Amino acid sequence: MILVAFIAVLMIGGVIAWITSQWNSILSRWISLIALIVNFVLAIFIWIQKPTIESSNWIVQFSAQWIPSLGVSFSLALDGLSLLMVLLTFFLGIFAVLISWNEIQERVGFFHFNLLWVLAGITGVFITMDLFLFYFFWEVMLIPMYFLIGIWGHENRRYAAYKFFIFTQASGLLMLLSILGLYFIHGRVTGTFTFDYFQLLNTEMPADVARWLMLGFLAAFIVKLPVVPFHTWLPDAHSQASTAGSLILAGLLLKTGAYGLIRFVLPLFPTAAAELAPWAMLFGVIGILYGASLAFAQTDLKRLVAYTSVSHMGFVIFGVFAFNELAMQGVVMQMITHGISTGALFVLAGTIYERIHTREITSMGGFWNKAPFMGTIGLIFVLASLGLPGLGNFVAEFLTLLGAWQANQVLTIFATIGVVAATAYSLRIMQKVFLGNFSSDKIVPDLSLREKIIMVPLVIAIVWLGLFPQSVMNTVKQMISAQFNTEQIISNDTENENGSK
Amino acid sequence: MEVSKINIIDVLPGIFLVTASLIAMLSIAIKRNHKLIFGLTTISLLGVFVYLLVYASNHRFTVEPLFIIDGFGTFITGLIVMSTLAISLLSYAYFEQREERKEEYYILLLLATLGSAILVISKHFISLFLGLEILSISLYSMVAYLRKRPRSDEAGIKYLILAAFSSAFLLFGMALVYSVSGSMNFSGIADYLSSANSLPLTMQAGFGLMIIGIGFKLGVVPFHMWTPDVYEGAPAPVTAFIATVSKGGMVVLLVRFFTQIDGFRFPVIVLSFTIIAIASMLIGNFLAIRQNNVKRILAYSSIAHMGYVLVAFLAGGRLGVEAVSFYLVAYFLTNIGAFGVVSILSDHDRDAEKIEDYQGLFWRHPKIATVFTAMLLSLAGIPLTAGFVGKFYLVASGVNTQLWLLVFVLAIGSVIGLFYYIKIIATMFDKSVGTETLALRPRLYLINLITLFVLSILMMFYGIYPQGLIERIQDFLK
Repeated sequence: MILVAFIAVLMIGGVIAWITSQWNSILSRWISLIALIVNFVLAIFIWIQKPTIESSNWIVQFSAQWIPSLGVSFSLALDGLSLLMVLLTFFLGIFAVLISWNEIQERVGFFHFNLLWVLAGITGVFITMDLFLFYFFWEVMLIPMYFLIGIWGHENRRYAAYKFFIFTQASGLLMLLSILGLYFIHGRVTGTFTFDYFQLLNTEMPADVARWLMLGFLAAFIVKLPVVPFHTWLPDAHSQASTAGSLILAGLLLKTGAYGLIRFVLPLFPTAAAELAPWAMLFGVIGILYGASLAFAQTDLKRLVAYTSVSHMGFVIFGVFAFNELAMQGVVMQMITHGISTGALFVLAGTIYERIHTREITSMGGFWNKAPFMGTIGLIFVLASLGLPGLGNFVAEFLTLLGAWQANQVLTIFATIGVVAATAYSLRIMQKVFLGNFSSDKIVPDLSLREKIIMVPLVIAIVWLGLFPQSVMNTVKQMISAQFNTEQIISNDTENENGSK
Repeated sequence: MEVSKINIIDVLPGIFLVTASLIAMLSIAIKRNHKLIFGLTTISLLGVFVYLLVYASNHRFTVEPLFIIDGFGTFITGLIVMSTLAISLLSYAYFEQREERKEEYYILLLLATLGSAILVISKHFISLFLGLEILSISLYSMVAYLRKRPRSDEAGIKYLILAAFSSAFLLFGMALVYSVSGSMNFSGIADYLSSANSLPLTMQAGFGLMIIGIGFKLGVVPFHMWTPDVYEGAPAPVTAFIATVSKGGMVVLLVRFFTQIDGFRFPVIVLSFTIIAIASMLIGNFLAIRQNNVKRILAYSSIAHMGYVLVAFLAGGRLGVEAVSFYLVAYFLTNIGAFGVVSILSDHDRDAEKIEDYQGLFWRHPKIATVFTAMLLSLAGIPLTAGFVGKFYLVASGVNTQLWLLVFVLAIGSVIGLFYYIKIIATMFDKSVGTETLALRPRLYLINLITLFVLSILMMFYGIYPQGLIERIQDFLK
């Protein structure tokens, strides 16, 4: 029931926030905040109860009939990975509400409605175990996000919102075709037509069919992730969205793509995914290097951070297709730490924008003297982004590279170059924004109390992840090793079959 | 056929509709009263619906040789009647503000409904043609009903000529089919075809001509030319009627005819419908992008939607028919809702058809804009709406019979479709106002708002909880 509560609190909270805004816009902000805090506390509660998952994979499960005649059930389940992702969602969600406290003054109720519904969609994606429901939530994220970009964005918002929508919707439809393909193949083989994830897991199908179906799933996930060359929606969407929008996009929406790869592509199509692995890793490396080099060339601060996302997400697909536990743990760490560090950088860009009303880094500089607190925070997250040991991102990238080395050494060397490139663009942010001479004619006050309340927990989180990554890894360990064990069995089976032929 | 053999209760809906239109005509002769006629229309439509619900839902029979009243037919008849009811509710406010002679409209509306209801239960060429002509002739005058608007006249004439032309094609096709098979009964033709291994050339030509005629009525590419002009010129409620009831009736007839004669055995027929479906999905969507007139956008979108329906039609089988039924429900709800918004926003001088009329609508009339957004999202097939489940059903039926090409084109078409649906939505949310002086000043009627509200609730309900409707459809199709 607690899983239903996660989604219900957000959806109902969104509707109430919209209605109450007619009388009081402050009230609707508080309602959203409270809804997210309630969820966050609930999720923390689960986590404290079960910090390390040993025996059973699934912490909580819930299932109810929805459209029985099509084999659709309202089936939710939470394992270590989902739990971490849900935690991240509510954690960042709280800051998304806080950061827009002053920034959003128009249509406050509708804004919070959209915000909470995006988060509800994302939460749904992370915890659903029914493919129909998964597609449903996948789409539910989309429309509110479109509005978040399109109504409260910057000058070029319509174009950015359009592009975001078309890219994700098109790839999502391909996934829908694959989901249906899987549904009917499973139905023909076993006689039960169902969208249930657990039943579909071991569907037998010919190798080429599996390949095509996997491509459909992959399309949706690599566009969301994004993998170069399907990344072009991302810089526009990130730079045009409001701060809360960018935070959710970078921190959470991209993670749904990574989550989909881990949850669906690998387990549903183990052999087909293994065939694809070298290519996927290659695209990962291309993404790492290409994203980094473009990030270095940007003058728009939010665009710059957006391209660093492309680079960091390259590590995710790189690690996922390395096919070992070490790399996978790195990927999960990367999903969390990137969410926090890049989210924080977008928040920082937002606070700077509120002060000087530009995102051009050429018109910034010397902010350290004027706003030392902001500068310190900036330094921490820039260092996190370049992978300094002691901060979370280091652990993530290190583990990924370590795991990938076992899979493909040449590509890993190139991927490591990406870490060096990260140093270049990260330090450039520091140098251009915070160091140098103060040139702006605007007044740059230091962070306000509200902004400190946002930033300090993020700093604590990223440092904590860097120093004690084990607590996170324990949570997902069981899930990851279970996945690789079953895959091992399956690949052994297929080898045996091939051998016996 | 002896009349005495027909149970009078069985054909009550038709009699009911005819009587209602006759009474309406007589009452106009005595005294014009818009409210009275409107009340009569809604009550008679409700009466038919209640009859279908109570009596006909478990009653299967045929009226030889013309009609077959089965679950499918009853279900769609109910849908048609309820759609007409919604349209007439929307029409009241629309015509109240405009035409001085508004009463005759309801006679035509009832007759057109009768025509469409006959179409969906016919199993004979004669009843098919009768139904079609009752429908078309009523529509000619409904399209041109606002005589003072030049474009309304133009649309009427255009519809008259093209529809008459397509009827001629259909007639000629039917004649050719008859000349070979010697039967005008669907089952007779089926019998003939089951004994024939291949399609004789005359028969092929006959089916070809019939497809042209049917294609015109459905407004599928390449027979779609009339659609945008007529949609644009016709009064908004009439457009809603053409988009839903008139096309829906034809779709059902198509499904019934080709399922009964098992036309899918013949590659020629499958190929031609495949080409029509693909062309409709792609061209309809592509041309819609370039439009700046909301009614024209909806017209092109309806062309594409007919293409989508053809996918399920081609998929055939039980799932295909289910998909068509569900999709028609979703499509009817959504389109009536969308045109309802257009008609509610229209004022005395013209319909709210320019995209500028919708600029910033969300800030001026938030409720109407929300309804319109929901309807457009449903047309685009976004979750939480009936359109999503409908489209899902279509894709499922296509994937089931492995029509990968068609399903793929459907997906591409949906993506292209997003462009223009989103364009309208984005315009409604766009705040920059400067066209205040040009803005329409509609009078909002409570009855319209309530109708729209009910339509959106239903649309959302079937999107979130489709199980009830699916079960009902499966019940009827048994």
